[in-house]
Amino acid sequence: MRTDAQPRVAAGPDGRPPFAETAYGRRKLRQESAARAVFLAMTLLMVAPLVAIVAHLVVEAWPALSLEFLLDVPRNRMTEGGIWSALVGTIYLVAISLAVAAPIGVLAAVYLNEYAKDTWFNRIINLAVINLAGVPSIVHALFGLGAFVYAARFGFSVMAASLTLAIMTLPVIIASTREALAAVPTAFREACWNVGASRWQTIRGVVLPNSISGILTGIILQVSRAAGETAPVMFTGAVLYKAVERGSLFPYYLDDQCMALSMHLYVLTTQVPNVAHAIPYATAVVLLGSVLLVNAAAIGLRVWLRNRKRW
Amino acid sequence: MSAPAASPFAIETRALNLWYGSFQALKGVTVGIRHGQITSLIGPSGCGKTTLLRCFNRVNERYGEVRTTGDIEVLGRNIYAADVSLIELRRSVGMVFQRPNPLPLTVYENVVFALRLHTPGRQLTRPTLDEAVERALTETGLWKDLKDRLRTRATDLQLEQQQKLCIARLLPLRPDVILMDEPCSALDVEGTRAIEDLMAELRGRYTIVIVTHSMAQARRVSDECIFMLLGELVEHRRTAELFLVPQDRRTAEYIEGRYG
Repeated sequence: MRTDAQPRVAAGPDGRPPFAETAYGRRKLRQESAARAVFLAMTLLMVAPLVAIVAHLVVEAWPALSLEFLLDVPRNRMTEGGIWSALVGTIYLVAISLAVAAPIGVLAAVYLNEYAKDTWFNRIINLAVINLAGVPSIVHALFGLGAFVYAARFGFSVMAASLTLAIMTLPVIIASTREALAAVPTAFREACWNVGASRWQTIRGVVLPNSISGILTGIILQVSRAAGETAPVMFTGAVLYKAVERGSLFPYYLDDQCMALSMHLYVLTTQVPNVAHAIPYATAVVLLGSVLLVNAAAIGLRVWLRNRKRW
Repeated sequence: MSAPAASPFAIETRALNLWYGSFQALKGVTVGIRHGQITSLIGPSGCGKTTLLRCFNRVNERYGEVRTTGDIEVLGRNIYAADVSLIELRRSVGMVFQRPNPLPLTVYENVVFALRLHTPGRQLTRPTLDEAVERALTETGLWKDLKDRLRTRATDLQLEQQQKLCIARLLPLRPDVILMDEPCSALDVEGTRAIEDLMAELRGRYTIVIVTHSMAQARRVSDECIFMLLGELVEHRRTAELFLVPQDRRTAEYIEGRYG
């Protein structure tokens, strides 16, 4: 214990006033601004190509873009006209695939998150889900070809292509749903357990209502992924060209082949001679635009549902 | 309620051991907790008091892998018997937590939540539910403040009201035992006083077991007090005696504040 305490003088050991800047301190400040500059540069570097791509697409597509382009079918050996046949085909494929994948994925995720104990069997299932989410889409395509087109005898059809897309999106839906379920506070579950709620009552009464926004967002984000994939539909049900009536809402049966946007874009750019310059660009803009629209809807839904819950 | 008159104890354990994996959290705990009284569990962090509390309605098993040996009897019934329904057990032995955890529903729906869980929908008429809400909120002293706010979200209430609501939502089930895991540690002085007063109100009608970090609180509210250390029950006596003339050296040193 110091007994000879002196009032502190307003100078450090080397004669400088207290809190004065040091050489080392200045070096730290320089490092700080350098780090900040690097991070900012990387962020801009990431955004720049995106903006460039979108701008280029829109500029090149401009002459062809119109409501008529959406509603009309391809004409004159696909060198003119619109993209309705492909657009409605993609809507079919995505809607059916999610109608299959969403319930299975959500219910499986509920089982894995709320019921499954930590056994080797469940660990293997978990591992399988994670790995399935990383399988390249061409592999899903070949699986779909073998399983749905040939083995299940759906043939090249809307059904086979939709199921292939469903298999592809399923593991991601399971993963995102599990995340949403895990985000529900344990305190809510505890409240249920301690008044004698069964697991199902806990899930239905508390867990699902409080995770529905996250679950829906995860599902909707898979819409854009399913809409954008080419390989899985090319191998299982999408065709080069199919005659469809302009603006028709029910042009395909489940066992028909269909056109799809991603496939159509691939075909226009590689297989069709003398296509009007703006048409492939406009097709790309529609594909990109619908993906952005769906993602924006997902964000909007999430914000809306989140504002309704407060905890 | 359905207790056999023979035993003065609502809860009895004999040679209770509990392991989380390879870690033994409870070591040979033998204890009897009296009907209608308030019993407090004290001891330093990690002494097993919350674990013991969670044994009384077997909710421990929901938190992960646990292994237990020994007996636990609640109201004279071995709760590890094959024909014991965990749902019925937890209906009769409810729990209140450290942080108030009302569900993100209205006040009204929080109170009738448990009732809905245990009754087929058709049997729950509006008047039955209304009456249950009024009774539970009156019993917990919330009716006056909340009778015009039954439709507000429970999570928007003050913490003290939330915690009272968490007690109120157990009551429509007519529980026998209420377990409280540090029910006041998220509350300020006023809130703590209010919950302690409520506990005194409920005393006699319900058997209350409270885990607390505060020796002062144990002294204020409880009839009997249990001191635990490293998973063992060190001393269990009338609260007044335990704090005045502790028999065990470890208890004496703990209540003097030598460790903990």
